[in-house]
Amino acid sequence: MMSFSKRIDGRSLTDLRPMEAKVGVIDKADGSAYFKIGNTAAYAAVYGPRQMLPRFMQDPRKGVLRCSYSMMPFSGMGERVRPGQNRRAKEISMVTEKAILPVVDIEKFPNSVVDVFIELPQTDAGSRCAGITAAALALADAGIPMKDMISSVACGKIDDKLLVDLRYEEEAFEGEVCDIPFAFMHNSGKMTLLQGDGAVDAESLLNLFDMAKEAAEKIYEVQKNALLDKYKVEGDLDVEQ
Amino acid sequence: MGEIKVSNKQVVIPGEVLAEGMDYVPTGSAYREEDKILSMQTGLVEVSNRVIKVIPLSGPYFPREGDTIIGRISDVLLSGWRVEMNTAYEAILPVKDAVNEFVGRGADLSKFFDIGDLIFCSVSRVTSQMLIDLSMKDRNSRKLFGGRLLGIAPVKIPRVIGKKASMVAMLKNATGCKVYVGKNGLIWIDGDPKMEQVLVKALQMIDEQAHTSGLTERVKKFLEKETGNKIGDNDELQQKN
Amino acid sequence: MLSSKSAKQHLAKYLKEGLRYDSRELDEYREITIETGVSSTAEGSARVKLGKTEVIAGIKLSLETPYPDTPENGNLMVEVSLPSLASPEYESGPPGIDAIEFSRVVDRGIREGKIIDTKKLCLRPGEKVWNVSIDIVVINNDGNIMDASGIAAMAALLDTTMPKLEGDTVSYKEKTKNRLPISSWVVPATVHKVGDHFLVDLTCEEEEASDGRLTLAAKEDGRIYALQKGGDSPLSKEELDAMLKLGLASGKKILAKLKEVLK
Repeated sequence: MMSFSKRIDGRSLTDLRPMEAKVGVIDKADGSAYFKIGNTAAYAAVYGPRQMLPRFMQDPRKGVLRCSYSMMPFSGMGERVRPGQNRRAKEISMVTEKAILPVVDIEKFPNSVVDVFIELPQTDAGSRCAGITAAALALADAGIPMKDMISSVACGKIDDKLLVDLRYEEEAFEGEVCDIPFAFMHNSGKMTLLQGDGAVDAESLLNLFDMAKEAAEKIYEVQKNALLDKYKVEGDLDVEQ
Repeated sequence: MGEIKVSNKQVVIPGEVLAEGMDYVPTGSAYREEDKILSMQTGLVEVSNRVIKVIPLSGPYFPREGDTIIGRISDVLLSGWRVEMNTAYEAILPVKDAVNEFVGRGADLSKFFDIGDLIFCSVSRVTSQMLIDLSMKDRNSRKLFGGRLLGIAPVKIPRVIGKKASMVAMLKNATGCKVYVGKNGLIWIDGDPKMEQVLVKALQMIDEQAHTSGLTERVKKFLEKETGNKIGDNDELQQKN
Repeated sequence: MLSSKSAKQHLAKYLKEGLRYDSRELDEYREITIETGVSSTAEGSARVKLGKTEVIAGIKLSLETPYPDTPENGNLMVEVSLPSLASPEYESGPPGIDAIEFSRVVDRGIREGKIIDTKKLCLRPGEKVWNVSIDIVVINNDGNIMDASGIAAMAALLDTTMPKLEGDTVSYKEKTKNRLPISSWVVPATVHKVGDHFLVDLTCEEEEASDGRLTLAAKEDGRIYALQKGGDSPLSKEELDAMLKLGLASGKKILAKLKEVLK
């Protein structure tokens, strides 16, 4: 068996894949975003606060955040993904909600729901992280009050190497692989998402925490620029006579 | 000594640090988190003396007593109407606040307002649980027949109205269209089709450039160019209205 | 949000003067943008925008057993989804009747027009054939999802290359240079009737005012392979004639645009 020595795309262990971000991409939504990292891309749209239906799901003390993660049928690396919420999509929707909820402040909107819909047109590992990053951007675009920004990235361990932002071929490496998605609040530096798939020791995990946090800061910069771009005044606004 | 991290009129995003230390006071969408002042929304910073304000560039409509809004009758009840108003909540328009004549108990209220009718009215009461009462006692309140209904981000409505209603007065005078502006982000217009097209373009301009300065002047130039009529200065317009 | 009666009356006021809400001609489409290769995981893909309306189509190929009545032909499946992402009016859950109608009209145009040479998709008659799945996902609905879906499906088919086969296993990571066998091109064009007027490529606001519609999927030579009348109002022969003429002319324009982009 080959041991892992270097990354196939020439990145260093702490490099992220190339990123792209844009907000306001879905006109019908109250807020929206597109985020692409390597070959993983996510759209997110925010609707609300709007009336929560069915009524029994309403919370009279505060608004409810509801996230939904969905892969487009052609977005998987192999065969067609059947549409609809399978168990994986449901779990990811739930952790996405929990990753973002700590920063969202919708107490002033009792009985309402803020819906976040995430759709991925192509995936190459790190899809839940891209979804969370896009969702946070879309919420900021919608103007939903948020006490902090959320940025998400997966880090992992392949053999004895710790690395940032795994791609599919790395996740599928034949040796010992573990993949750990993180999400961080920008200002407080606290973590809002942690999952793990594969063997890891506590010391490596704490090191990965630091690596992921540093990477999340780079993602935050991309998110920030996307939001600022929307309000950039380009050229002369004057009306031609 | 506290340190300010942003400049006046700068666009900031949620979680961005605006100032450190205890020397500044947050207002608007700025908030204090221990020794820092942060933004809760994507918005424009306004610094005056020791006060740091963030004016949101997007965000949901939050109903307040006295707001004039555009609503749509969604149901006819025993003693009033249920009204949709572009929020998570349906408001109630009680018959006593809507009709001047005496209406006997059990009378069919649909002869006054029927399902689907649009009304321009004001918010008379909002409870902490967001139970909302509307009223048509204000002399500007009325039913809106026909026309076109347009949506715009609620935070941009103040720009559509303008200082002392100067912008909306200019739009009405230049195009000859009827224009009703609801604080809830709905605008109802009715007029000559060609003039309506000009009006819609002017509203799009306000929508896109709401965060820039010199907007009134540019809208004025645009209207003059499109309609071929010279527009007087704002003071004259206010007197006419 | 306007009642349908108000919406009709107001748009009629414009149409009487030959105007539309956004200053277009009655027979004019919004700006059409077509981009291919927009999903790295699909065997072929395309993004189509009609003004603010945006859809993405992606093709997935797999090996399957042929249907008993067509043992020597590849299979075809078309599915349009209207996810909650794309409109405040779209609800989660299984496909609604709108999505099913869009899917079936796009399917009929491609199937009946024999756009894909399905004979060439047979590996072993009665045993193994290629299955072509066309999925169309709406990103933003500002009207005319029907035409946008059909254009995206056609563009995605033209973008499709066959994945590598290892025995009877598809090796999705390796794409070959072989294109999906396409024999001709088809696109749908939808014409709406509003009062006494006929117009194409309606926005959501204009669709509110529609009395009826006719979709036809035609090839460049003007032969029609799928038809669908929609809306509540009955049509006369004269109206059908006018709508056919406008639909065929629109289809030609769209095909020309597709050619220009994909040449």
